[in-house]
Amino acid sequence: MAAGSAPSRARRVLTPLATIVALLLIWQAVVDLGLVPNFLLPTPVQVVQSLVEDAPLLASHLVTTLGEAAAGLAAGVALGFVFAVLMDRFEGFYLAFEPLMTISQTIPTVAIAPLLVLWLGYGALPKVVLVIISTFFPITVSLVSGFRSVDPDAIDLMRTMNASRWQIFWYAKLPAAAEQFFSGLKISATYAIVGAVIAEWLGGNAGLGVYMTRVRKSFSYDRMFAAIIVISALSLGLMKLVELAQRVLMPWKRAEGKQK
Amino acid sequence: MTEAGEKNVVGETERSAASSAAARPVRGEDCPSAGPSRLPDGVRPPALEARDLTLSWDGAHVVVADADVTVAPGEVCCLVGRSGCGKTTILHALAGLTTPMAGRVLLHGEDVTGRPGRVSYMLQKDLLLPSRRIIDNVCLPLVLAGMRRADARAKAEPLFERFGLAGCERKWPSELSGGMRQRAAFLRTYLMGADVTLLDEPFSALDALTRTDVRRWFVDVAAELGLSALVITHDVDEAVSMASRIYVLAGAPAAGEPSHVAGIVTVDRIASESFELTDEYLAAKREVMALLG
Repeated sequence: MAAGSAPSRARRVLTPLATIVALLLIWQAVVDLGLVPNFLLPTPVQVVQSLVEDAPLLASHLVTTLGEAAAGLAAGVALGFVFAVLMDRFEGFYLAFEPLMTISQTIPTVAIAPLLVLWLGYGALPKVVLVIISTFFPITVSLVSGFRSVDPDAIDLMRTMNASRWQIFWYAKLPAAAEQFFSGLKISATYAIVGAVIAEWLGGNAGLGVYMTRVRKSFSYDRMFAAIIVISALSLGLMKLVELAQRVLMPWKRAEGKQK
Repeated sequence: MTEAGEKNVVGETERSAASSAAARPVRGEDCPSAGPSRLPDGVRPPALEARDLTLSWDGAHVVVADADVTVAPGEVCCLVGRSGCGKTTILHALAGLTTPMAGRVLLHGEDVTGRPGRVSYMLQKDLLLPSRRIIDNVCLPLVLAGMRRADARAKAEPLFERFGLAGCERKWPSELSGGMRQRAAFLRTYLMGADVTLLDEPFSALDALTRTDVRRWFVDVAAELGLSALVITHDVDEAVSMASRIYVLAGAPAAGEPSHVAGIVTVDRIASESFELTDEYLAAKREVMALLG
């Protein structure tokens, strides 16, 4: 590695960590010194305390949210994959659905969530549907542009090798789309958690969103922050999981990384 | 220029090259209209033959008119022309990826016009699949044809040494230099198994020294394997250093003047460590450049 080209691993980890610690200290000091009243803003220490106290309750709500997010994400990925393949294969399908998909993304999630609850009830279904709606688009878009990123000369070359349409898809298009797919999946994973929480917030019996509406009504803002921490940790965990899957499924990427 | 006039040019430019090791009798050139059925028994038809090939980009605008190209079995020929003269259009037609407006493409006398998958094909871009190891990249034509992966690897592995790729089997394409990637692309082309190979500016993207080495290596390997090959290029040096006969394509299709074969230059390919510095090399280069205009 060239001198000064990239910060060392220790620096990359420690610098943002120090920033977070500094911000937490400032936050604690601001409340302790009475600059902001404690009933409006809990201190980080209080947040951690309530996180520990409510851990079993949070865990049970987390299981609900995670289940809805995972089911919705899986269905969203499957649906996005089917749509992307059809859009790549049939020009007419692409022309028909491309604008519609863009429009569907301009509809605010918070606006359709109550409607979904109205139509589909207070159970898990409206949450899963909302997660599908919000994850489907990034997956489809990343796959379609990935499929289209293959060099046409590579497809011609494979045709001279008598490759079938399926073989061209399997050997050239699918691997070419892998990198963009995982970028899309990372975004979708965070959308999935947020989508599930919003849907719960707007109507439900269990889940982190429900927990948050309840603690808000009882003015326990420390518990509110505890829930935020759980949601952030969950999203980060999912993103790491996607990165791990990418490392396993794209071994050639690691070789390229070593080259640079 | 009339067809008879072209033939005259051909006659003049075909220099007497009895001493040349690579000068081979080329059948079908004296009478390009003779079909394989008219050849006497025991005479092999040309490995690749394009007859009166007329091509267009869009079905109306003629790019190449009445091109005749013949490659004898075991011969490396070159088609040289300026950028934009329709070289790639010809390549696509010869590879069967497009159907010409007129004319036919024959492979060992068999009509393969518009039928892909009958010739091997290599481009300036190596087009190695980044997601496959080198061994699986070179095996691709075998696997696509239905061979089991283990069998394909077993067939390809012994060739790595001869193609200068020993030790690269398990590497990813991104771990190889440009010259090595082109060697791998050439091995993949070889494993396509067709006995006629089309190469589109195969080594012109490499740096100068690598280029010279790889071209020399290619000439050796092609001779050893008995490959019939047509190299298509805009690079006169690439043409003279690789081919025994050079078809010169001239014209300006963009200006409404379709390209045609302006002449054929025979190269006295003498065995020399530095063929690129010999008088024979320079004479052939001068001749090609004169025909290019």
